[in-house]
Amino acid sequence: MSASSAFNDEKGGSSSVGEPEYGHDPASGGIFSSDYKRHDDLKEMLDSNKDSLKLEAMKRIVAMIARGKNASDLFPAVVKNVACKNIEVKKLVYVYLVRYAEEQQDLALLSISTFQRGLKDPNQLIRASALRVLSSIRVTIIVPIMMLAIKEAASDMSPYVRKTAAHAIPKLYSLDPEQKDQLIEVIEKLLADKTTLVAGSVVMAFEEVCPERIDLIHKNYRKLCNLLIDVEEWGQVVIINMLTRYARTQFLNPNMNESLLEEGNDKTFYGSDDDEDEEEEEEKKSEAPMPKRKPYVMDPDHRLLLRNTKPLLQSRNAAVVMAVAQLYFHLAPKVEVGVIAKALVRLLRSHSEVQYVVLQNVASMTIKRRGMFEPYLKSFYIRSTDPTQIKVLKLEVLTNLANETNISTILREFQTYIKSMDKDFVAATIQAIGRCATNIGEVRDTCLNGLVQLLSNRDELVVAESVVVIKKLLQMQPEKHSDIIKHMAKLTDNIQVPMARASILWLIGEYCEHVPKIAPDVLRKMAKSFTNEEDIVKLQIINLAAKLYLTNSKQTKLLTQYVLNLAKYDQNYDIRDRARFIRQLIVPTEKSGALSKYAKKLFLALKPAPVLESPFKDRDHFQLGSLSHLLNAKAGGYQELPDWPEAAPDPSVRNVEVPEWTKCSSREKRKEKKVEKPFYSDSEGESGPTESADSESDSASGSEIGSGVVGSVSGTASEESEEGSESEEEEEEEEEDEKDKKMTMKKELKKPVQESESEQSSEEEEERKHERKKSKARKSDSESESDEDEDSESESSQSESEDSESEAEVKKKKKAAQSKPPSKPVKKESKKEMSLLDLDDFEPAPSPQVTPLNSFLSNSLATDLEGLSLSDAVLSPATLSPCSALKSYELLHRIRGEGLSVEYCFSRQPFSPDANMVAVQMQFTNNATSETKNLHMEEVKLQSGMRVKEFPEIELLPAGETATAVMGIDFCDSTQAANFQLCTHTRKFFVSIQPPVGELMRPVFLTENEFKKEQGQLMGMNELSEKLTLDAECRNEHAIVQRVTAAANLSRVPCGSDRECRFAGRTVTSGSLVLATVATKEEAAAQLTVNCEKMVIGTMLVKDVLLALTQ
Amino acid sequence: MIHSLFLVNASGDIFLEKHWKSVVSRSVCDYFFEAQERATEPENVPPVIPTPHHYLISVLRHRIYFVAVIQSEVPPLFVIEFLHRVVDTFQDYFGVCTEAAIKDNVVVVYELLEEMLDNGFPLATESNILKELIKPPTILRTMVNTITGSTNVGEQLPTGQLSVVPWRRTGVKYTNNEAYFDVVEEIDAIIDKSGSTITAEIQGVIDACVKLTGMPDLTLSFMNPRLLDDVSFHPCVRFKRWEAERILSFIPPDGNFRLLSYHVSSQNLVAIPVYVKHNISFREGSSQGRFDLTLGPKQTMGKAVEAVLVSSQLPRGVLNANLNASQGTYTFDPVTKMLTWDVGKINPQKLPSLKGTMSLQAGASKPDENPTINIQFKTQQMAISGLKVNRLDMYGEKYKPFKGIKYMTKAGKFQVRT
Repeated sequence: MSASSAFNDEKGGSSSVGEPEYGHDPASGGIFSSDYKRHDDLKEMLDSNKDSLKLEAMKRIVAMIARGKNASDLFPAVVKNVACKNIEVKKLVYVYLVRYAEEQQDLALLSISTFQRGLKDPNQLIRASALRVLSSIRVTIIVPIMMLAIKEAASDMSPYVRKTAAHAIPKLYSLDPEQKDQLIEVIEKLLADKTTLVAGSVVMAFEEVCPERIDLIHKNYRKLCNLLIDVEEWGQVVIINMLTRYARTQFLNPNMNESLLEEGNDKTFYGSDDDEDEEEEEEKKSEAPMPKRKPYVMDPDHRLLLRNTKPLLQSRNAAVVMAVAQLYFHLAPKVEVGVIAKALVRLLRSHSEVQYVVLQNVASMTIKRRGMFEPYLKSFYIRSTDPTQIKVLKLEVLTNLANETNISTILREFQTYIKSMDKDFVAATIQAIGRCATNIGEVRDTCLNGLVQLLSNRDELVVAESVVVIKKLLQMQPEKHSDIIKHMAKLTDNIQVPMARASILWLIGEYCEHVPKIAPDVLRKMAKSFTNEEDIVKLQIINLAAKLYLTNSKQTKLLTQYVLNLAKYDQNYDIRDRARFIRQLIVPTEKSGALSKYAKKLFLALKPAPVLESPFKDRDHFQLGSLSHLLNAKAGGYQELPDWPEAAPDPSVRNVEVPEWTKCSSREKRKEKKVEKPFYSDSEGESGPTESADSESDSASGSEIGSGVVGSVSGTASEESEEGSESEEEEEEEEEDEKDKKMTMKKELKKPVQESESEQSSEEEEERKHERKKSKARKSDSESESDEDEDSESESSQSESEDSESEAEVKKKKKAAQSKPPSKPVKKESKKEMSLLDLDDFEPAPSPQVTPLNSFLSNSLATDLEGLSLSDAVLSPATLSPCSALKSYELLHRIRGEGLSVEYCFSRQPFSPDANMVAVQMQFTNNATSETKNLHMEEVKLQSGMRVKEFPEIELLPAGETATAVMGIDFCDSTQAANFQLCTHTRKFFVSIQPPVGELMRPVFLTENEFKKEQGQLMGMNELSEKLTLDAECRNEHAIVQRVTAAANLSRVPCGSDRECRFAGRTVTSGSLVLATVATKEEAAAQLTVNCEKMVIGTMLVKDVLLALTQ
Repeated sequence: MIHSLFLVNASGDIFLEKHWKSVVSRSVCDYFFEAQERATEPENVPPVIPTPHHYLISVLRHRIYFVAVIQSEVPPLFVIEFLHRVVDTFQDYFGVCTEAAIKDNVVVVYELLEEMLDNGFPLATESNILKELIKPPTILRTMVNTITGSTNVGEQLPTGQLSVVPWRRTGVKYTNNEAYFDVVEEIDAIIDKSGSTITAEIQGVIDACVKLTGMPDLTLSFMNPRLLDDVSFHPCVRFKRWEAERILSFIPPDGNFRLLSYHVSSQNLVAIPVYVKHNISFREGSSQGRFDLTLGPKQTMGKAVEAVLVSSQLPRGVLNANLNASQGTYTFDPVTKMLTWDVGKINPQKLPSLKGTMSLQAGASKPDENPTINIQFKTQQMAISGLKVNRLDMYGEKYKPFKGIKYMTKAGKFQVRT
């Protein structure tokens, strides 16, 4: 006992002494003997029966492996510990085994039995890790064992083990490709797995083993689409990339009618919001009649893929975002691709490596779809702190985005870049300017002038680059620019960069007829320095000489001879060859024969101007986001993106057989038959017509999948609707659904043979009633569970949504012409809610979603739609300026004015002489007994910027009479008073006019969408909101509208919700938008929001409107 | 997918290697070193380098290159994003991600890498799962382990792996239940010579530190959710709910995490909290240049601008700068030509300024560009976009947690051209 402890102590001591040497000094251990000793030491520790010693030894060994040192001679000692009880030792032994098993195959076999035992362990982690290590040992003899283990694990209870099995498949495949067929069977089995955990891994295996077996995907396509959002992020990337390829083989090109669509059509969609209804877009597409070709209708499965991937644009993982972006780029209809731009621009804030890859892809995209990124132009502006490679890529994007409208901004930006200290970047900028100049004819001269100015730059690199670019530009129209050529000829004295010198010489040679005097002189100078020039320059000197000889042989004959002689003895054989060739060609001898006749044609042929194009052109034939795309070369294992098929393959292959016995399956099926657009509702699981049925039949895994997304409301919500007292929010949702449906219905109706509408709707109703019964029945049995565990009930929530839909339908019938009942907002989940400490004083806001409620008012489909636009009095600006309501102010009291009284009001009419002025209508009343003459204005004192248009002089105002006049004042969007003197023939009165803020604007008419869009841009500090309690007489919409429009010269914006009134206007002078929203809540509470770029105006307006509404 | 990983330090030594498939000789890194030599700046090494048999994808973090070796087609961002995740994990585990920290914890690093990738395909990257598999090293735990012989490695499959909320482990317990949220916004802007904004965008994040018992279900609502039209979420956020109601509903991971990040693009108007008056000029033929800089607050909604730091890369011709700072200290590095001025807090009554002369190389011509000025600053209790959290509610648990929210605005890439 004592002996062993002594032994341990000693060991422990030695190890602690030895530790730093092992851990920190990779350079030591060059001597073999000491190395051996050390390993002996480790071996002893591994052989001991104390776990702590073994652990210590293993840790040191792993540290050696990590440093890349060879520890293979310890293999026998380590492998013995594979069965060690200590889990950390075991893990480290696994690490060692995986590293060295390939080198020591025979010894590795010793460990196999342990793993085989591990595969049977009740602990899933141990089963999984045994399989992991077993499959990672690259020993060919155990292939059959591995195969067996994988097959077994593929049907394991634990999804984690199944995931490990999926991971093992590519390992075995790389070890022995012969096993492919068997492995495909396993893959097929695992592809049918319904857990998100497995999905990513098995698709990965599929991609590595059998990417060509597209047929395996058919049956799982819808499931994969639906699971996608819950798969872990790495799996998402792989699945999305695979599905992109799949979709390319199975669906039709959504842009095949592209040429027939007008360009303007998709412009409106570029800025499209995220929450834009996809269904609508789809309809628009199918609705738009395509002449000649048969109309394109998107396969519902194609739509499913696009819809389910879209939310992933919001992923935090850049790889996922990129994967979705490429999917949209390759698969989506042109009008929808725009959504990816925003997400990609967001990625530009990430690490520089991410930026690098994203910019490469953006550069490729901008060539095809320039419009997509145009709104984000400024996000590609370059900072001096960006790494050069990022700068160059951004420059590329900016160049691609340049067009007639933005070129001036871009060129101004480029001008800043040219001054940068980073010379490589400056050179790239000059190239970019050259490209802009060739692409956009309007700015060619500007660019050229700018580049010529750069020729006097001190930095030689800049000058050289400019010369090269100028040369290319000049080739387009040389006749105009002989002075530039002359200027460049002068540069030959100074510029040393060979490429630039060569370019100048070429230019002079090519256009020697434009500079007949200078050209020979340049040649003379060059001949002098010929021997010291670089090779490319020498070649160009020979060229120049030849050309001059042909055009101007009198002056240059001798020079040419001289140059050719020098070249004849040059060290470079290329130059010697060229010289010999040219001499034969231009100097006619007996031997040269017929060719020299054509010398002129050969040398002075008209050469086409070079096309400067992006290096990213045509790169998109590689799948975007791939390594091959980045390198612009096919990488190993790259799967080509197939072209769209001419005709779509049979879509029914994706249908999954559904067991007949589930109630819902029959329902689903019927629905599918009835309407061929199963996508009107966004509720969970409904998307794939058959898939949801499928998941329901498999309750255990199904619930696991769905519950991540389903909110926790289902339980209580269903109870509530049962009782008939529905929460506000729900009702709105239903209606929206309902409305959507009607919209789709209506549009559908237009196309097929005109069925009578009523028939259709009654039919639908029948259908719904039927459904309702069924779902009721279903619910009763699902509810028992759902109350206990709300989180796991994807099923119940689905049935719930079905149910409520149909219920709404029925209710609607009843309420037909009734107006909307007073809302009874029942707070959701009030039972469960634990109201925590409020972060701000808070009023429960109604659902922020704006839902048009008009559908409630009407019965038939047709009136339904009409109601949308007509139901409520949408007040147009014209109806909004009733003069009677105008408030008048006193300018001059009759006492002070000695009988003359003046009142003014803001007439709210456009002031015709100057649109930027506010019209002020003045009413003069002469209460005196004598007449007043020569009424006019004088000495106008104004704040800077303000202007006044005086009213025409009133020559005579008899006693007791009244006259009106209109003057215009430009208040410069401020409430500063305009002071002036009002003069009569006898007196002068100092008066001032101060406008209320509400008069500083004029109404504009916006649609609801425009309003929302504008409001979205005026956020942050430009938004002011205030809570208020409405005045007792001001609780209805009409009163609110009246009061607001009285307080401010705004026009009403049509709005779907009756709880919100919106108003819009522009300030008179600067035309800045002023948006106001009054949202009413329960009781008299309301919220006023004002968005205005001019914060002062906004603040004042809030005050005024507030006052108007509360008094 | 990922074949091997090499860690290369600033001096070009490979100090760690890990292989997930057959061993790849470390000589493959020679191609990387070549590219490194060609690049003038460390950050200019191309992230993707093709070699005859492999492709090298690298990221640079904390002056360490993480070089992944891959053999066949794989989305480059996949690898880059993964490598960054590795670095984040190291940072999470060791506090810092330096060469020393990695060398000291080489075994834990190895165990981590082993768990994060299987056959080159990511297996577990969620820090909650990893922490259950491999416990982060702490002094206390190391001591306990040496005494009791227990290990750092979990024996059970992490609960997160199988659940639908893989980011949260079960059985979390705290005596003080608390949830803190930090709204941090960074302004990226380019201001031109005349002081007008060329481009300005806001990059915001909400970082959370949630220490709550059990399985709380949180909802967070905003006063003005319309601001958030370009967002990315932690996977825990229920996307559908956000789409429909603009409410963040989630079961939070345990501990620190980034709930969401958002981007307010340059199309919106962004308030700029500081302005710079500058007059930097060089005269032709003179060996002197003038330098005159004044900072002032602007659109700060009454909040103080703090921790202001101005830096500028002066032209190469500048030999020295003789300046006078009215506040704070300035340094000029004559080698890198980097001028930094630590201003501190801006007092609106007495605006900080930095004035003086720069001496230029005698005989050298006037530099043709003026330096750009980079500014860093911080403003507490304000989110410049105007984002405001409305309320936070918790469902699913009975106790009352303590909650807090903090706003901060910082300068991101804030540049003033002169």
